[in-house]
Amino acid sequence: MVDLTHGADGHAAPGHDEELELYHPTNWVTKYVFSQDAKVIAIQYGLTATAIGLVALVLSWLMRIQLAYPGLLAFIDADHYYQFITMHGMIMVVYLLTAIFLGGFGNYLIPLMLGARDMMFPYLNMLSYWIYLLAVLVLAAGFFVPGGPTGAGWTLYPPQAILANTPGQQWGIIIMLVSLMLFIIGFTMGGLNYVVTVLQGRTKGMTLMRMPLTIWGIFTATVMALLAFPALFVGALMMLFDRLLGTSFFMPSIVAMGEQLPTGGGSPILFQHLFWFFGHPEVYIVALPAFGIVSDLISTHARKNIFGYRMMVWAIVVIGALSFVVWAHHMYVSGMNPGFGFFFATTTLIIAVPTALKVYNWVLTLWRGDIHFTVPMLFALGFIVTFVNGGLTGLFLGNVVVDVPLSDTLFVVAHFHMVMGVAPILVIFGAIYHWYPKITGRMLDATLGKIHFWVTFLGAYAVFFPMHYLGLLGMPRRYFEMGETAFVPPSAHTLNEFMTIAALVVGAAQMLFLFNLAWSLRHGKEAGGNPWRATTLEWQTPETPPAHGNWGPELPVVYRWAYDYSVPGADRDFLPQNDPWPGEPAPAPDTAVAEGAR
Amino acid sequence: MSVILIFLLAIVAVMLWWLWRQGLFSKPWLEVGVVGGMAAPAPSPSQVARIGLLVFLVVVGSLFALTVSAYLMRSALVDWRAPPLPGILFANTFALLVSSLALQTAKVGARRGDLDSVRTGLLAGGFTALVFLGGQLFAWRQLNAEGYYLASNPANAFFYLLTALHGVHVAGGLVGLGRVTRKMLRGAGVAELRLGVDLCATYWHVLLLIWLVLLGLLTGRIGEFVAICRQLLT
Repeated sequence: MVDLTHGADGHAAPGHDEELELYHPTNWVTKYVFSQDAKVIAIQYGLTATAIGLVALVLSWLMRIQLAYPGLLAFIDADHYYQFITMHGMIMVVYLLTAIFLGGFGNYLIPLMLGARDMMFPYLNMLSYWIYLLAVLVLAAGFFVPGGPTGAGWTLYPPQAILANTPGQQWGIIIMLVSLMLFIIGFTMGGLNYVVTVLQGRTKGMTLMRMPLTIWGIFTATVMALLAFPALFVGALMMLFDRLLGTSFFMPSIVAMGEQLPTGGGSPILFQHLFWFFGHPEVYIVALPAFGIVSDLISTHARKNIFGYRMMVWAIVVIGALSFVVWAHHMYVSGMNPGFGFFFATTTLIIAVPTALKVYNWVLTLWRGDIHFTVPMLFALGFIVTFVNGGLTGLFLGNVVVDVPLSDTLFVVAHFHMVMGVAPILVIFGAIYHWYPKITGRMLDATLGKIHFWVTFLGAYAVFFPMHYLGLLGMPRRYFEMGETAFVPPSAHTLNEFMTIAALVVGAAQMLFLFNLAWSLRHGKEAGGNPWRATTLEWQTPETPPAHGNWGPELPVVYRWAYDYSVPGADRDFLPQNDPWPGEPAPAPDTAVAEGAR
Repeated sequence: MSVILIFLLAIVAVMLWWLWRQGLFSKPWLEVGVVGGMAAPAPSPSQVARIGLLVFLVVVGSLFALTVSAYLMRSALVDWRAPPLPGILFANTFALLVSSLALQTAKVGARRGDLDSVRTGLLAGGFTALVFLGGQLFAWRQLNAEGYYLASNPANAFFYLLTALHGVHVAGGLVGLGRVTRKMLRGAGVAELRLGVDLCATYWHVLLLIWLVLLGLLTGRIGEFVAICRQLLT
């Protein structure tokens, strides 16, 4: 171990990081394919997640077509419909949202926003991506095995998930469980990197409370994921034992078709506990990075410091902790001890407090700000509205007495699509429009972007808003077709057709987005280093896109928090984190001293 | 799920304490200059590796806490019939204990710069860990021979699951230990080995601790202990 040269203030002098050896690519393959550079890995994550996400998009189209026009597509039978539901849900929640927020934005932004050269364990980071890719390929292989992918629903509840006559019982369920376990192994490798980089990779002056909220969101979500994913891992492993080795972890005694099955003594509820112990934190694993990113987008594009930064950080941490004690609100109708319901309803409603606090702070950040209606800002505003909407219906469903009649209706589908489908995806779009100039050096086309936003935003509302109404009517979810049902009026069918048309349009609008991504790569307007005039470190790199090692010969030194917009007396309306104003510009490495409170 | 919740409570407490020390109550908007609140760490490779292992061990802890939670939930039902524990498990426990102690010797030796005790510690640690794994396999065979098959009932299945999960972690540790040992056999000096030996020793201690908990669980000792505590409380 070499001792670091410490400055007078106890910090390492900038640039003295040579002992953390940076890996250097030697050829095209190690630079772009088996790369250990977090930025390349981030793009690999992003592209893979987008690719498998498009599969989920097509599946949702097929489901919507079946719901509105039963029988129109002859190849969709009940089995296929369930397989589509299952794969759509699992892909969106795990392989798209989790992967793109943590693997994609986490990898790109953590080193850059913290002033590090790379992740702390680059090799492990690379391995993480390739295992993720393997997990995605295994999952996709499910479409091609005999019997097709599993149709057990994304929650994979046993015993039905592994019983005969459930679609994909033969191979699909095995494929799904193996793929999930691979994903978790890969994620753990990446997650270790994100956590350790935040703990150890921050540059001089970058205290925890100077980190942008994006990093706080990603960091907390990663810690949660590292603690929650093992629950899914154990559950999947046990179910795999049940399916392959004939154990009965989750399999009770079952009489099927008049025959006693060999299983017995297992507890299906046990799986539900394990699944939701992962499943509920998972909602926040997706939501917290979105919260963080939105805070940064709003602050930057409203040219105003984030309102209540400390509260925002505390709220993120509190939400992260509380989200581990609400899981059983997914199980009100599972037959568990009714006394639990009261406890979990209470914790569920308590978690609304820090969440609402965040919403207030976003709104107060906008209040009297210099709002620029750029494309990222539009998506951020769209997120706030959508999230509030989905959050409010969450308060309905958190109460046992309201949940019981609404459970298993389309109301639930509408709720979770609003709150953890549409809302985080709006953030992903906003974030891509925001950081694309840094990643590629060119701006995305704003006109196409605005069309993309309005069609997506209004279209998503056209799909999911009426769905609440259908749910209140009592229209059940998971039904392949409704048939003749007295309580569903004909107008509901018309509404279903309307939603399907909206869904097709929204999906088509995403092609516009993909076109924009590809077209702007060559023809977009040159962005320069800091097109949004933002304060955070990733916009202060010497080169755009950032070169290997990010920072040139010397690491940046941080003098201020991430939100110094419109500071009175400053000559610009933003002060980058590495700007020493009002002190001397660029102090000599070993003599940097605190400037004191302004 | 009480075990995992207690585990998480401990983690959350440690994290909150750490965050508090990191200046969670500072006012970053008022602090301009290099020092604002707590200093950012100066990373050294050994510290980074240690923290990496620590975070990984928390993940491993979470995995086992969840499995134990599942075990306790299931074993609380009336039809639970635990298989008789093969006596060799106690011999295995002793082997793992020796393994852990040997690596501790190696660790202390590495700190002192004593290559001999590092060599002895690593080889003895690796060998006894292999003995442990062999013994666990033997225990499985013994149970199988007596007719306690994996699929006969959930209690058996849990026994195999818990021992397998733990065994896989020991085997994974052996890969790491093997790499350190190979480095030593190729003539690396004590300074080069120090970090690897240190990490292996920490990992081994934690696996020993987890095994002791599992053993207590499988023998029912922990269950009795919890029952006594519950009686005292009521």
